[in-house]
Amino acid sequence: MNVLSLTTLLLPFVCAPALLGIINKTKAFFAGRKGVPVLQAYFELWKLLHKGAVYSRTTTWVFRAGPMIGLACVMLAAALAPFGGVRSAIAFPCDLILFAYLFGVMRFVTVLAALDTGSSFEGMGASREVAFSALAEPALLVGLAAVARLTGSCSLSDMFQGLSLGTYLHAGPVLVLVGGALLIVFLTENARIPVDDPNTHLELTMIHEVMVLDHSGPDFAFILYGAALKLWVLGSLLIHVVAPVRTGHAGLDIAAALCAMAGLGVLVGIIESCMARLRLVRVPRLLMGAVVLSALAFVLLLR
Amino acid sequence: MILSLISLAALMLGGVLVVLTKGAPVWSARAGVASAVAGCVCGCIAGFQALVGGRTESLEIPWSVPGGALHLALDPLSAVFLIPITGLGALCAIYGAAYFQGHRDAKGVALSWFHYNLLVASMIGVVLARNALLFLVAWETMALASFFLVSFEHGKATVRTAGWIYLIACHLGTAFLLALFAILGERAGSLDFAAMAQSGAALPASVSRWAFVLALLGFGTKAGYIPVHVWLPEAHPAAPSHVSALMSGVMIKTGIYGLLRMLACLGAPAPWWGWCLLGTGLVSGILGVLFALAQHDIKRLLAYHSVENIGIITIGLGVGCIGLSYGAQGVAVLGFAGALLHVLNHAVFKGLLFLGAGAVLHGAGTGDIDHLGGLLKRMPVTGVTFLIGSAAICGLPPLNGFVSEFLIYLGAFQGVASSPGVVVAACVAAIAGLALIGGLAAACFTKAFGVIFLGEPRSEHAVHPHPASRGMRVPMLALAAVCVLIGLSAPVVAPGLANAVAGAMNTPPGAARAGLNAAVSPLAWVVGVSAAGLALILVLAALRKRLLAARTVGAAGTWDCGYVRPTARMQYTASSFAQPVLDVFPLARGTRYRQVQPAGVLPAPVSFSTETKDLFRNRFYEPFFKRTAEVLSWFRRAQHGRVQLYVLYLALALIVLLVFGLK
Repeated sequence: MNVLSLTTLLLPFVCAPALLGIINKTKAFFAGRKGVPVLQAYFELWKLLHKGAVYSRTTTWVFRAGPMIGLACVMLAAALAPFGGVRSAIAFPCDLILFAYLFGVMRFVTVLAALDTGSSFEGMGASREVAFSALAEPALLVGLAAVARLTGSCSLSDMFQGLSLGTYLHAGPVLVLVGGALLIVFLTENARIPVDDPNTHLELTMIHEVMVLDHSGPDFAFILYGAALKLWVLGSLLIHVVAPVRTGHAGLDIAAALCAMAGLGVLVGIIESCMARLRLVRVPRLLMGAVVLSALAFVLLLR
Repeated sequence: MILSLISLAALMLGGVLVVLTKGAPVWSARAGVASAVAGCVCGCIAGFQALVGGRTESLEIPWSVPGGALHLALDPLSAVFLIPITGLGALCAIYGAAYFQGHRDAKGVALSWFHYNLLVASMIGVVLARNALLFLVAWETMALASFFLVSFEHGKATVRTAGWIYLIACHLGTAFLLALFAILGERAGSLDFAAMAQSGAALPASVSRWAFVLALLGFGTKAGYIPVHVWLPEAHPAAPSHVSALMSGVMIKTGIYGLLRMLACLGAPAPWWGWCLLGTGLVSGILGVLFALAQHDIKRLLAYHSVENIGIITIGLGVGCIGLSYGAQGVAVLGFAGALLHVLNHAVFKGLLFLGAGAVLHGAGTGDIDHLGGLLKRMPVTGVTFLIGSAAICGLPPLNGFVSEFLIYLGAFQGVASSPGVVVAACVAAIAGLALIGGLAAACFTKAFGVIFLGEPRSEHAVHPHPASRGMRVPMLALAAVCVLIGLSAPVVAPGLANAVAGAMNTPPGAARAGLNAAVSPLAWVVGVSAAGLALILVLAALRKRLLAARTVGAAGTWDCGYVRPTARMQYTASSFAQPVLDVFPLARGTRYRQVQPAGVLPAPVSFSTETKDLFRNRFYEPFFKRTAEVLSWFRRAQHGRVQLYVLYLALALIVLLVFGLK
């Protein structure tokens, strides 16, 4: 592992919470507010890590283990994802399956931790989470399979090294379609508008937020940090498909990818400022749309 | 070979001993359990020897039955099926002994061990038989033995119905097999499988086409492909839990075994066979898990999940066959290897889950998920092992279910990255299907585990369940350990299948070995990442412990939005949990809602219930059999029960035949 891999390995762990800050600043700008500082997420993590905790009497060890296992999974996924054209710390053929399934484990433990509280609100969130992610999974894997077909390899690092802005010349529509599908998956998996509203205050309408209502203290810090990392990792997948900048100089590539990540944060902020959440019954249609986009990208590759 | 013969002999002698000593039921049952365990252990060792050694041992004794021969053989392909049959056979026997402890019908229990031994012996016979006639004898013995086990509690009307449905489905399936063996035997001039395989290469497409369809229908009925799965959700819940585990874990796999054995007798596979298998696998997988999601009965839910897993196995076979027919050797090897490993894995985790369901049923007295809750605190061992089984069946790393699905994915992605167009289309279908099935399975098992074991008890049943006895706990712990073990030793397990994969593909083992060696490095990485994950979890746990060490850690009620009188009945139930997913798939929505709405200022008691019946049974089989019965009832006019008339029929028939013969 060289210095570059190590740098890109550490980047998400350091920068991920800042992405939340960029989204919030954008939203504040559109609303004409000053908004919270960009580093607010770090302050909150610091605060939560210094608090005690309260546990419901109904819960078991499953509730306590959930945040830890979830954070460990997303940290491993971060180590699997390449950044800025540099090979990731861990890369092997078909690592994208492990990548997708690590998020599966994270979801499994988060949902079980929610059900462990015996609260009907958390059950509601859990039930919606599994319903939507079951549809997001095929969209993600078929989209990645299209990229694998395009680049002739099935390791995330090789796939993204095989893409460049030149790819747009001969396979532009494929990249755009896969990018669209991945954007929908990204918004769904990270519980953003139009699937879920991170700012809502009504338990009945929440998905992700309601599942973690009962967590507090360090457990909740783990959950928040895991969510920030997940936002970063899935976002990096998206920007590498849509904006594969390859200058030949690793430092410049990483800088370009960082700019693209910031751009993604602004884009999410704009989406959240411009539109409301979809009605819950409409969300599956959006996800079906993502599957169709991925499949269409594939059809274009096969013709 | 000697060991497998000893195993068969032990099982059969044990069965005879059970019948002879039925005057003393306790001893009789003990004899049955002991012989089952002894026979299974011998068979399991024989299976490992054959799989690792890669040799084929056979035994041929002349038999006076026309067309038949006592031709038995143990090759690596048989061994892949023999190992789970005997392994799960032994563990289920130990569990069953504890499960039946103190059962009021001691005599019935003793006799059930005769049927149990017969079932295990006949399954061993099915995978060892190399003569069609012998195969059918073993196949039918298996069907009958399991029929008697399914109708163990024949006092209940539902159990009797389930038994009848099962018996009829079995025999309809066998009818297709009779036709299949007749066609192949006539071509080969012998009912020996070796002769059939030899003449297979020269089969004209018109014959092999029908033979494939017959094999798919005949063996598919046993395996539980949709739409010939209807017996599964009836028979599995009716049987005692250790028998359900054995039937669901291994007996339905004999259908997969038969299909593989016959594919080797039909020459090179035509491309559409692969597509047919892939399509069957996708339909069974997706509909199986959707039907499972809609169930509230734990054993019924698990039964539908068997349909789903048979679907995953068949997706692997489909990818393999398509790879074979288009010359993508690497794709084919990984597809078949994934399918075969999933056969083994499904036996382990489905066995575990059924045993866990049995412990819940035994302890709480109900299998209705909506009446349970909070059992993890009250039945910790059952809870933890059920959780491991649930994670494994969802294909989550680092457990065994992930390894077999990963092999199929690996084959499919290899096909996507570097194959011509047609193979790619099949591979993408497999990838999308597996991803959807994985997501839905996660929904289903978070529901099952979450509603049964977490939260608060939803009824009196779940408040004071009696925990599982040691005889029940040990097999569950052993199976859970195997789930973890296969997951963590994947880089060793996968190449070990090379001989069996070569047998299934009907090619020399060299190609299979090369194909599987390509999977070793990714699997080693997967295990490495899993180990890193475990270390990371330990670090985080230590961090959390340190952070909380000097702080106040309080206990309170669950956040209830300020409501002052929360009750356990307000929790989310299995039906409410599954509703959003089921709403997305109108195709599978056969759910009936019954509700009494609240009305007026002082509403009377209200109620709400859902029920999901099998779509195919309701819409197709029941109308079909009803119509058939109507048509056939016409013949009843000729049946009065008067002997004189029957004699008249006989005489008339003889005269007609005489006239026919004289002509």
